Amino acid sequence: MVVSIKASILENKKILPDFYRLKIAVPQISKTAVPGQFVMIKTSSTLDPLLRRPISLHRINRDVGTIELVYQVLGKGTILLSEMVQGELEVMGPLGNGFSWQQSFKRTAIVGGGCGIAPLLTLAEHLIGNGQEVHVLLGAQNKEKLLNEADFKELGCKVLVATDNGSSGRKGFVTEILEELISTTNLDQVYCCGPLPMTNGVIKLTKSKMIPCQVSLEERMACGIGACLGCVCQVRNEDGTIGYKRVCHEGPVFNASELIFEKD
Amino acid sequence: MTKIAVEIAGIKMKNPVLAASGCYGFGREYNQLYDISRLGGIMTKGTTLEPKLGNPTPRLAETPAGMLNSIGLQNPGVDKVILEEIPWLRTFDVACIVNISGYSIEEFEIIAERLDGVSGVDGLEVNISCPNVKGGGMAFGTDPHTAALVVKRVKAKTKLPLIVKLSPNVTAITEIAKAVENAGADAVSLINTLLGMVIDIKQRKPILANTMGGLSGPAVKPIAVRMVYQVYTAVEIPIIGMGGITTFEDAVEFMLAGASAVAIGAGNFTDPFAPLKVIDGLEKWLEQEGIKDVREIIGGCK
Repeated sequence: MVVSIKASILENKKILPDFYRLKIAVPQISKTAVPGQFVMIKTSSTLDPLLRRPISLHRINRDVGTIELVYQVLGKGTILLSEMVQGELEVMGPLGNGFSWQQSFKRTAIVGGGCGIAPLLTLAEHLIGNGQEVHVLLGAQNKEKLLNEADFKELGCKVLVATDNGSSGRKGFVTEILEELISTTNLDQVYCCGPLPMTNGVIKLTKSKMIPCQVSLEERMACGIGACLGCVCQVRNEDGTIGYKRVCHEGPVFNASELIFEKD
Repeated sequence: MTKIAVEIAGIKMKNPVLAASGCYGFGREYNQLYDISRLGGIMTKGTTLEPKLGNPTPRLAETPAGMLNSIGLQNPGVDKVILEEIPWLRTFDVACIVNISGYSIEEFEIIAERLDGVSGVDGLEVNISCPNVKGGGMAFGTDPHTAALVVKRVKAKTKLPLIVKLSPNVTAITEIAKAVENAGADAVSLINTLLGMVIDIKQRKPILANTMGGLSGPAVKPIAVRMVYQVYTAVEIPIIGMGGITTFEDAVEFMLAGASAVAIGAGNFTDPFAPLKVIDGLEKWLEQEGIKDVREIIGGCK
């Protein structure tokens, strides 16, 4: 059930030069949230910025009634958010359609790039908890922008890294590692979240190898709950026609097979 | 006990606070958060004759205390709205005003005809002011003769009260308001969004895929208040005021300017409970001011 409430800030800490981790006490959200879902956060008590910021769930701590969010400081809203160190903030969630998996899955791969890595940690936690062998492929511009490598390792995932400048892991793209992994390993499912070129690459690769792929998309949002139709993406409907689906409602996680990208 | 019920163009509302078209879908999403029958009314998403895909993305751009949208009237079309949305909305004790948008006068006529007599529809908001569609939309609302013609022709096709939504993208909004009043409009609603543009200076191109979009939010409020004030002096029919309302004080301001009711659009995005806070705040304020009936403040700006 979606709620919109005030939540206490427990921690709001810089974890990398451009990234913060925010922990808030909100049992009403953590009790039903699933990996891949997001919340809308009000970043100002004034009317500027007007819109709440959609931020995906980084960790869902159901037992203690908290959620954690990792966000990149990019503009006015996230700068203001990074300055909130105590007190309460307004949050709406859990929102959208999350990742899914089946009990029968033996081996899966998670591909994340940049701030798109943030929502994948809670997914990895759940997949590991489901007894899967989880391969995690992380991409970033450089070592300073690489999120959560140690956290994924701690969970027991097999982690491989690619950076644009080679400061961590392989110099190159994460899609190259995925291609190699696919050639040696049978994967039941690939999960992906990251910048569009990466997502596009992952979709093409998994499509050509006939591996099911779930993708989490990012889009500018206004309402966050499906009313305003501001955040849509193009999809192929079951009858073959082209339509739009709401990233905030039918998404942010989609089956790659239904998405239409510009370069298709 | 303070009275806050109003009646606009024969449509009874338990309070003068509505959800504005385009920001609230058909109410389903917000009904997850609160009972939408708390509202005075709901103005639905713009409904066209055929289903519309809408514009490419990005469709949104944030601006100081405001936002631009260019949705492009994405909607399932009038038949599906009648089949799937109205029967659901009808189960709530809330005035249902269907916002209709045509690409030609004939389309306006057909949509109005199909909605006439549909149980659960209390009125039509005739959208002659959408800035985000080509070949129609705002074009109907920027010329008094065309605006009057649309209203006259739609009026002939339905017994439902007509609320005509006016565009602020005109030189003299009073001329349009007078023209639609003379053509048979039962009320006017204003303002629709203001045509605007945001450029990404890194890429040196517009943020919106459709280049331009409609500006809404608190940034437009003084313009909206001014236009309601002007229209109030120009016409006899009631006004539903909107444009940047987020608090009960904003609602009072619009009503003092001449609005008989107000609608909340982008304000829902900042705070999904904004309409409820406006209703409660307004009621308390009236009590504090010793005003027995909300209608006493309409046009009360000295």
